[in-house]
Amino acid sequence: MRFTLNGKPVAVDAPPMKRLLDVLREECGLTGTKEGCGEGECGACTVLLDGAPVNSCLVPVAHAEGAKVTTIEGLRGHDKLQRAFVTEGGAQCGICTPGFVVAASTLPRGASLEAVQEGLAGNLCRCTGYAGIYRAVAAARGGGKSAKKKAKR
Amino acid sequence: MKTAASALHLLRPESPAQALQWMRERAPLQPLAGGTDLYVALNFGTCPARAFLDLSRLGAWRGIKVERDGGLRIGALATFAEIRDHKGVAKALPALCAAAREIGGAQIQNRATIAGNLANASPAADSAPVLLAADAVVELVSVSGVRRVPVAEFFLGYRRTALQPDELIQAVVIPTPPRAGQWYFRKVGTRAANAISKVVFCGVRGPQPRIALGSVGPVPLRARRAEAALAAGEPVETAVAALQQDIAPIDDLRSTAEYRRFVAAGLLRQFWERTASPVRRPVRRR
Ligand SMILES: Cc1cc2nc3c(=O)[nH]c(=O)nc-3n(C[C@H](O)[C@H](O)[C@H](O)COP(=O)(O)OP(=O)(O)OC[C@H]3O[C@@H](n4cnc5c(N)ncnc54)[C@H](O)[C@@H]3O)c2cc1C
Ligand code: FES
Ligand code: FES
Repeated sequence: MRFTLNGKPVAVDAPPMKRLLDVLREECGLTGTKEGCGEGECGACTVLLDGAPVNSCLVPVAHAEGAKVTTIEGLRGHDKLQRAFVTEGGAQCGICTPGFVVAASTLPRGASLEAVQEGLAGNLCRCTGYAGIYRAVAAARGGGKSAKKKAKR
Repeated sequence: MKTAASALHLLRPESPAQALQWMRERAPLQPLAGGTDLYVALNFGTCPARAFLDLSRLGAWRGIKVERDGGLRIGALATFAEIRDHKGVAKALPALCAAAREIGGAQIQNRATIAGNLANASPAADSAPVLLAADAVVELVSVSGVRRVPVAEFFLGYRRTALQPDELIQAVVIPTPPRAGQWYFRKVGTRAANAISKVVFCGVRGPQPRIALGSVGPVPLRARRAEAALAAGEPVETAVAALQQDIAPIDDLRSTAEYRRFVAAGLLRQFWERTASPVRRPVRRR
């Protein structure tokens, strides 16, 4: 099975129905992508498949064939977003963080708070209560003044 | 217990013809589209299938087309993200865009397909009430040919559909512009996204009002008695009483039958109230 992983071509030997999540962690040794629920609910396993966020616990590796897969390890140009999670209190235990960062990296610049909430609705966090996460995303992705102010509450 | 992936076979046809031939000759095969229902079942160990047919290479079944007569042809593999963002759908059937944006979060919308939503035949399938209210038709295909089945006749019973073992859905067709009338869509659940509906409602107000609901019976259904009451010009409370005959909700993990009856009645009243003025209003968003 060949695909592009974080910009580099890779070939893995795995059964076609194996979850992309397991192939990334086991065959590829990239353990930044987490398993939270294994049923599509929590978004901890979010990766980009040809640029679109998907739950890798629900994707057969066969569907990655010939595609571009981006994991948290390969996310480039989002240092500001990642730092904002630290400075704004967007991460506590951290299990949800890679999924949130990968999903947030696809939000359009200047997204309103509502658009951020809708865009991240597929990601669950059991620790932060979300306020810190929305603050971090608003701080890094623009969002305009009103989104930042609203996210502060 | 989780099903071991190494025990699962995957056939990957390159064309619809090949897919259909394998469905007949290599049965039983479980079709695999976006996998958002199937992988949940595999992860729980509740999916009995061991051999799958991958639909992802069937390019002919992708995409959404606006027909000359204004109707829509939605390929089986169209995802809810595509439907959500499609200008033609927004124009012809905005209620379907509204439903699409409430089906799971972005990660689910990017993978979940319209055919998977119908074939999975959950009573809570959120696209179903909209398709029912639009009088949509499902195109079923096998090596023997194509059958066109109205969505209202596609759901036979709890998680049972009109699909024959060797048939696949190739498209969902929405006949001529369904826009005559004012549309209303609302999903009631615990969360805007990522929550299975407690009740989902779609209504069109026109000369012949059309009303469809999900999560209020073994299948998504048209509320024919309530429709007839409204078409006859009866007061909305008469339609609300008729609606209670149309639906048969149950108690489950998410809700009670009593609550669902109460919410369904409230949605019918709200539908009628909000569509009272003849001005075309945009479909309600939360
Ligand atoms: C976290 C989460 C949230 C969800 N939220 C919602 C929600 O809010 N609303 C909602 O309605 N659903 C929801 N779902 C359910 C699911 O995402 C949808 O039902 C989806 O549309 C299924 O499509 P799929 O392509 O992923 O199907 P798959 O999992 O690939 O297949 C589902 C079923 O359809 C069959 N099938 C697929 N394509 C065809 C075809 N062309 N012909 C014949 N049979 C076919 C398969 O064999 C299987 O039985 C959710 C799921 C998850 C995991
Ligand atoms: S582990 Fe994939 S969504 Fe929770
Ligand atoms: S920081 Fe612990 S789950 Fe989000």
